[in-house]
Amino acid sequence: MPFTKKLQKFNATIRTVEVGTGDKTTKLGGGNTLPFYTFDAPTANTAKIGIEISDLGLAHEPDCIKEVYAGCETVADMAKKAITIEGVDFLCLKLEGGDPNGENRPVEELVAVAKEVADAVDFPIVVEGCKNVEKDAELLSKVAEALQGKNVLLMSAKEENYKNIGAAAGLAYNQLVGAESAVDINLAKQLNVLLKQLGVDSGKVVMNVGSSAAGYGFDYLISTLDRVKAAALGQNDDSLLMPIITPVASETWSVKESTATEEDMPEWGSVVERAIDMEIETAVACLACGTDAVILKHPTSIATVSKMISALS
Amino acid sequence: MALTGIQIFKLTPKKNCKECGCPTCMAFSMKVAQGAMTIDQCPHMSEEAVATLSEASAPPMKTIKAGFKAFADNKNDSEKEFALGGETVLFRHEKTFVNKTRYAVSVCTCMDDAAVDARLASVAAIDYDRIGDRMYVEFIAVDCGEGAAPDAYAALVKKADGAGRPLILNVKDEACAKAALDVCKDKKPILNAADASNYEAMSKLAADASVVLGVTGASAEELYDTVAALEKAGNKNLILDLGTASVKDAFEKAVLVRRAALKDNDRTFGYPSIVNVGKLASGDSHMQAALAALFTMKYGSVVVMEEMSYAQALPLYGLRQNLFTDPQKAPRIDPGIYPINGGDENSVCLTTVDFALTYFLVSGELERSGVPCNLLISDAGGLSVLTSWAAGKFSSGSIAKYIQEFEIENKIKNRTLILPGKVAVLKGDLEAKLPGWNIVVGPTEAVQLVKFLKDMQAGGQA
Repeated sequence: MPFTKKLQKFNATIRTVEVGTGDKTTKLGGGNTLPFYTFDAPTANTAKIGIEISDLGLAHEPDCIKEVYAGCETVADMAKKAITIEGVDFLCLKLEGGDPNGENRPVEELVAVAKEVADAVDFPIVVEGCKNVEKDAELLSKVAEALQGKNVLLMSAKEENYKNIGAAAGLAYNQLVGAESAVDINLAKQLNVLLKQLGVDSGKVVMNVGSSAAGYGFDYLISTLDRVKAAALGQNDDSLLMPIITPVASETWSVKESTATEEDMPEWGSVVERAIDMEIETAVACLACGTDAVILKHPTSIATVSKMISALS
Repeated sequence: MALTGIQIFKLTPKKNCKECGCPTCMAFSMKVAQGAMTIDQCPHMSEEAVATLSEASAPPMKTIKAGFKAFADNKNDSEKEFALGGETVLFRHEKTFVNKTRYAVSVCTCMDDAAVDARLASVAAIDYDRIGDRMYVEFIAVDCGEGAAPDAYAALVKKADGAGRPLILNVKDEACAKAALDVCKDKKPILNAADASNYEAMSKLAADASVVLGVTGASAEELYDTVAALEKAGNKNLILDLGTASVKDAFEKAVLVRRAALKDNDRTFGYPSIVNVGKLASGDSHMQAALAALFTMKYGSVVVMEEMSYAQALPLYGLRQNLFTDPQKAPRIDPGIYPINGGDENSVCLTTVDFALTYFLVSGELERSGVPCNLLISDAGGLSVLTSWAAGKFSSGSIAKYIQEFEIENKIKNRTLILPGKVAVLKGDLEAKLPGWNIVVGPTEAVQLVKFLKDMQAGGQA
């Protein structure tokens, strides 16, 4: 008896969320198969890649990233450079300087940086806060107001501050809302439901269901992504049909494999190569489980992951 | 097709004799259906029924044994050969993945001697421990280039064998395959040689040498037909090569093969797979890293690369370790003293639980602080700090007992012990149980450790 391909068809499709305005937009989501299973059904959209820059400029970056942005004086200069890198679909501005336990930059200053970047580039933009829930509530709400009309994605609304960020970004200023939960399908679903009850259009929500570097509790992320995709597509679960975005660089560039110096670990070889492969392999593993967009940092990682996405679509 | 409990029940004697240990034949049938018992545990089952049932209840995907383990995977591993395949689910959360992906590097008759020597020497370089598992390159693939003579191929195989790893013989020519097997068949290599045109001859070679045969096909359909023909001829010791036509094609085959076996119970595709990312992305080490991660996630049993650097290996082996952990069992690390930043007997001590995730977070932050210290890990049941505290497995008693049993006081002179902030409540009790120790309550979150330790150091306490 010859082999007959049994296709796995789903009656659901992940929502498409378009970031940016005009002809410079990027579409996240839109798939109706498991990741890269193009043989089951032609996929509408392919996975997307964002490039991360920080309001803190280059001071805290490793040398290999400083080289990429050589000659850039402001964050806006970096943004202009970043969007020219091969394979980049959107720009991610991280306002990490707002962290009260770090630089603690005032909200007005950070909003000005975001405004400057948004004015400097005509490109889809994601703005990430500083991870402190109180600060982000104010910061991201103000950024949503300042960038009105740009259709940016604000990351992230969490259970503690979704009311402020959801109301400002999703209701008042018509931006896109990132919903962040901690590697658990039920928490992800609950936050999506809460945002909906607040009145935020589910078609304007993108999920971040958690992130980690390969080898660092990544098993939890694999199973969360697998289960969210299975529930969304298999059961047509409306409160899980949002596309998923995963910040990869912010996790992978701080682990030992990416930071240990060549003097400390001579047998490990080039620290740049280690950081790049850690970023690539983590991103690929996320994409293979159902992430619709990854946020990366190094041009080589971006080029490689982009090439692999094309090869599979 | 797996049988339901009711279908099995119909074949039992229905005597409720209890000799199998179950109260009723129905209960026994349900256990067989779940895979908890096997059909031959019933002494009264008729022979035909046993034959029907063992065929139907055989696992959907075979476990194929190949090669020899250069090193044990971990201290609990006593298997001498590599087990490949044998999976029962498509996603790890459904149950657990059982036989982890193995990695190989390649040598070829088309490489010059110096390049071959360098490549073989590099195999031994990747060898390290990660949470109790030994990470190293498990196989060496030996490619027979176009037009290579049997002697030349056999000589390369002999040289590769000297590197102390089992071999994967990538060869299409019968004479070369035979010459290679003569050199290394005792070490149970994988003869990755069969396709639609030569499978009869290659199957005979593999069977005579009793080694695993690798089979490839231009399409999933052709691969299926060749496997069916091999099975018909009696060879069921196979591994499926996903081919090197393109990344898309290999990925499609990987998914179709595994899904046919596990979801649709088609046993013809119930074999492990081998994928050569070295050939799919020749000369591009970053793309090979990407593809190795992709095929580790999606159904590659053996992944062959051109070479393996630490840059590629560190995330890859970490990813594999995470993917193949049992989702019902938390990963743990061994209790002991873990010195950080060159910590010695005079360095400050910190303690936390043996849950691997906690350990990684805490040790990562301790490293970032740059302050020399000793991380003391006691047996806390592999749970997080608050959970193990609530379960009574991380208490003043357990910490004090650990300090005694591990003879910490003889090994470390420093008498400052930092507790996780979440169990600040243990401080008083611990001070009573550990006289002479200065018990300090640390921060509640690992990220705050950097500042905490630096402040302690500045204050002359660490």
